[in-house]
Amino acid sequence: MAYPEKYKYTREHEWIEVAGNQGKIGITDYAQNSLGDIVFVDVPKVSDKVTKDAVFGSVESVKAVSDLYSPVGGTVTEVNETLKDSPEKINSDAHGAWIIKVELSDPSELSSLLSAADYEKFIAEETGN
Amino acid sequence: MMATTDRFTGTTRKVTAHLTQNEGLSFEKSSPGKKGYKLAPLDVPAVDAAALLGEAVRKDEPTLPELSEIEIIRHFTRLSTWNYAIDLGMYPLGSCTMKYNPRVNEFVSRLEGIAEAHPYQPESLSQGALGIIKLLQDCLMEITGMDAITLQPAAGAHGEFTGIMLVRAYHQSKGNPRKHVIIPDSAHGTNPATAATCGYQVVNLKSNAQGGVDVAALAQMVNEDTAAMMLTNPSTIGVFENEIHKIADVLHDKGALLYMDGANMNALVGKTRPGDFGADVMHLNLHKTFSTPHGGGGPGSGPVACKKTLEPFLPSPVLKQGSNGLLYWDYNRPQSVGRVRMLYGNFGMFVRALAYILANGPDGLRQTTEDAVLNANYIRRKLEDVYDLPYSTPSMHEVVFSDKRQTRNGVKTGDIAKRLIDYGFHPYTTSFPLIVPGALMIEPTESESREELDLFIDAMRQIAREVEENPELVTSAPHSTRVSRLDETTAARKPVLRWQAAGASEAVEIDSAAKEW
Amino acid sequence: MRYLPKSDTERIEMLREIGATSIDDLFSVIPDEYRLERDLDIPRQMGESEVVEYFKAAAARNANGYASFLGAGAYRHYRPVIIDSLVQRGEFLTSYTPYQAEITQGTLQAIFEFQTMICELTGMDIANASMYDGSTGAAEAVMMAIRVTGRDDVLVARTVHPEYREVMHTYAQHQGHDAREVGYGPDGRIDLAALEQAVTEETACVLVQSPNFFGIIEDIPAIAEIAHKKNALLIVSIAEAVSLGIVRPPVEADIVSMEAQSFGVALSYGGPYCGVLAAKEKYLRQMPGRLVGETKDTQGRRGFVLTLSTREQHIRREKATSNICTNQALVALMTTIFLTVYGKQGMRELAEQNLAKAKYAANALGKQGRVLFAGTPRFHEFVLQTEEPAGQLNARLLEKKIIGGLPLEKWYPELGNATLWCATELTTKEQIDAAAAVIAGAPVAVSTR
Repeated sequence: MAYPEKYKYTREHEWIEVAGNQGKIGITDYAQNSLGDIVFVDVPKVSDKVTKDAVFGSVESVKAVSDLYSPVGGTVTEVNETLKDSPEKINSDAHGAWIIKVELSDPSELSSLLSAADYEKFIAEETGN
Repeated sequence: MMATTDRFTGTTRKVTAHLTQNEGLSFEKSSPGKKGYKLAPLDVPAVDAAALLGEAVRKDEPTLPELSEIEIIRHFTRLSTWNYAIDLGMYPLGSCTMKYNPRVNEFVSRLEGIAEAHPYQPESLSQGALGIIKLLQDCLMEITGMDAITLQPAAGAHGEFTGIMLVRAYHQSKGNPRKHVIIPDSAHGTNPATAATCGYQVVNLKSNAQGGVDVAALAQMVNEDTAAMMLTNPSTIGVFENEIHKIADVLHDKGALLYMDGANMNALVGKTRPGDFGADVMHLNLHKTFSTPHGGGGPGSGPVACKKTLEPFLPSPVLKQGSNGLLYWDYNRPQSVGRVRMLYGNFGMFVRALAYILANGPDGLRQTTEDAVLNANYIRRKLEDVYDLPYSTPSMHEVVFSDKRQTRNGVKTGDIAKRLIDYGFHPYTTSFPLIVPGALMIEPTESESREELDLFIDAMRQIAREVEENPELVTSAPHSTRVSRLDETTAARKPVLRWQAAGASEAVEIDSAAKEW
Repeated sequence: MRYLPKSDTERIEMLREIGATSIDDLFSVIPDEYRLERDLDIPRQMGESEVVEYFKAAAARNANGYASFLGAGAYRHYRPVIIDSLVQRGEFLTSYTPYQAEITQGTLQAIFEFQTMICELTGMDIANASMYDGSTGAAEAVMMAIRVTGRDDVLVARTVHPEYREVMHTYAQHQGHDAREVGYGPDGRIDLAALEQAVTEETACVLVQSPNFFGIIEDIPAIAEIAHKKNALLIVSIAEAVSLGIVRPPVEADIVSMEAQSFGVALSYGGPYCGVLAAKEKYLRQMPGRLVGETKDTQGRRGFVLTLSTREQHIRREKATSNICTNQALVALMTTIFLTVYGKQGMRELAEQNLAKAKYAANALGKQGRVLFAGTPRFHEFVLQTEEPAGQLNARLLEKKIIGGLPLEKWYPELGNATLWCATELTTKEQIDAAAAVIAGAPVAVSTR
């Protein structure tokens, strides 16, 4: 699976795609693959605040729960409602199925995130390959 | 058994397929007007419920089945035949201690003066019940080496909750409840859940290379904010913490307490006592060590035993004996943590546990422990050449293998477990403890004869060979059951948690607005 | 020892195969100083006949052959014989929690039927596979409401069973939550005006019991309106499940916590009983305890599994909804069989008999004292106030082999010489008349209202 070059990544396996002041956040293909079939996505409400590196929700498979960490701080502007009924979209298209959109409060936070190449190197180390 | 290929397929010596009956839900079998009951005629004037209750009268008719007695008997008997049970064979679930449930326990718990005793009947008319509680308490204190006990908690996890509240009350009485509880990463999930429920932060302690407590790391971690450490001994990999007293000393030096999870007490009874090796408070699972039935997931009973220093904080009421010899409940407990359950606990389970202790005596209990440890070591010896043993430390009552060798062929512990079903055994515990990736956790208990153990070992060895030569057979198991590999994903995505009269069951809509956990 | 399936020769052979010379080798990891080198100081091993004799002697020292008017959260109803014959089948009795769905479909389907019946009876959308009992169930319901609302003020009616309240306070106090009590009015129901005053924007939930501890049916719609106005949840606790045969279910509640002991579970000096949590479907993810769901297998056959287990301690560990692990599966099975036996018509008929017996008893005993809160609808319990002290009255009844009502002084001193009486379908007219006669023969003058 290719990791889109235009996304930035966290060591907690989230990605963010930024356009202007808006960011779309999802989880990586690596993350969905290690979780297995996703059955539920727990998300914040529109206008909730999120903080960089803090938990904003969780994804659940049948036998595991994984917290979602926000790559940036900001305010939630939209929640992907289709995931409520079809959480499996994350399994089929992790890099397309965004979870929340946020308005960034401090775009400089992006600089600490990983590039696609760095992230791929990071997961290679994590899996010991 | 499947013979789709000519590759190796094991021979199931323990079982032969036989027919089971199909059976729908009771609601689907119901038809209006049938009855399975007959009340005695009313010997007082009948009443007009609507007039008496007014707005509070029930107007709708709940959908309950309407069936005759023979249909009800068949319904539940048919369902029962779909279950595996200890009465059918070995149940090697690690950490669950699935031992024989003696039938005399069931018999005595149903004696009229016991089963029909009302919890609020006068103490003068409850001396038999109180005597049973007293004797069981005395036996359990002697077995654990503790000074005081409460039988009130309804299950093991409830006992943990009570035990950690005792810890909290103890520290509180010294002016500061303290902040965190240390829990090894090998612990059962109830331990951290309990500590959090009691308002403590959980500090995880990484196990050492032998799967035990790293005493040096622990010493670094313990400070004046440490309320307690929750320790399972023997640990969840079946290993006795031989540095247990150092662990207790490290904690006690900083004023912290040692909580012992008694889940694995079946390895210790009559051989060593937690109270002697430094534990301050512990719970017991009567449904594990003391043979009360699991019943498909309860009822349990989780007595908590403790040292004298914690006695003032025990849940109210506490059983006392008056100078006249009569037993009574003492409710005057100013320092008590309060009640954790109404009344006195799962008394019916006390009766069964005491019957078990009396039928065993000191010699029987010791022999029980020895046989449990003997059986686990026998299995270990007979399987260690085909399954990977991640920790070579001596095993007590259970042995933990890993699926490391089998994963090379794409077969995981869960697959081997499912394949065991085809061989006529309940699976062992899979994927626990978490410190062993792909764990196979096997606890035979003392209740297995050598013949049954040999059948199990034979099954496990045949499966290991199937993994090498015919792995798809294992990954698609079980092949002999009424249903196979149920779709848990859909069950969780679109939950159907009740039958609906319309026929088609509807999935529940989940509102994610209710979110904090 | 007769439960141990090994001969000494087999033990020696097995040790040899392990490579141990004696059993002590296997225990050598236990440091010497902690090894118990003596026999445990407990009674010697008994023959089965001795075990039975011990318990028969104990049973004989409990109340036998008494007529009893006790209720108060533990009710004497007839238990159809087939309950015990079915639950003693080894396949139910000696099976484990149904994690391995392929070989536990029996337990799973029975729990699914249980969940359905509880929903039907309580008017809720979802029900779990059972909790420890009614008291811990109510406490868990309160904790659930705190999680759902994110608030931590809890209001509980004084008409809730006093021991339920004690348990709730124990659960709440150690988590730093505040639990305030709301008193009752002259009608024996929660004081609605006081409740209205007490509910704030910080209130997580209002916990009431109906029928309440005095046997009185609370005005659930009115209470719900007050709670919901401030977006607090309403939890209704039901200690007497048989009432649901005739009493309107608390459909306005957000969570219903019930003790199902009345459905065919022995009194057994206080347990094991059977708690249940039921709720509106939107609270599903905050529900503690096990849940069984319907699904299909690889070949499309219907089957049942434990589901939504990510809420539970073995996965979520310190973030779980509760540390609860076991349910009361076998006891829940008893209640499922009970409800199948009585069915749709039987539940109503049974509840009506209870209502009739209690009405007769309240009339008969009320002539010798005063039935409190007499004008308010109630199910099968009532509070009797007498001039004679409760202890003295009950002592006189005991002489006639009658166990009278439960003295309330400990919990409700303001009610004076008050006792809580219960009549069920098993209470006979003869027993009621006998109790009334004893009370009438009071040594001290008793006012006749």
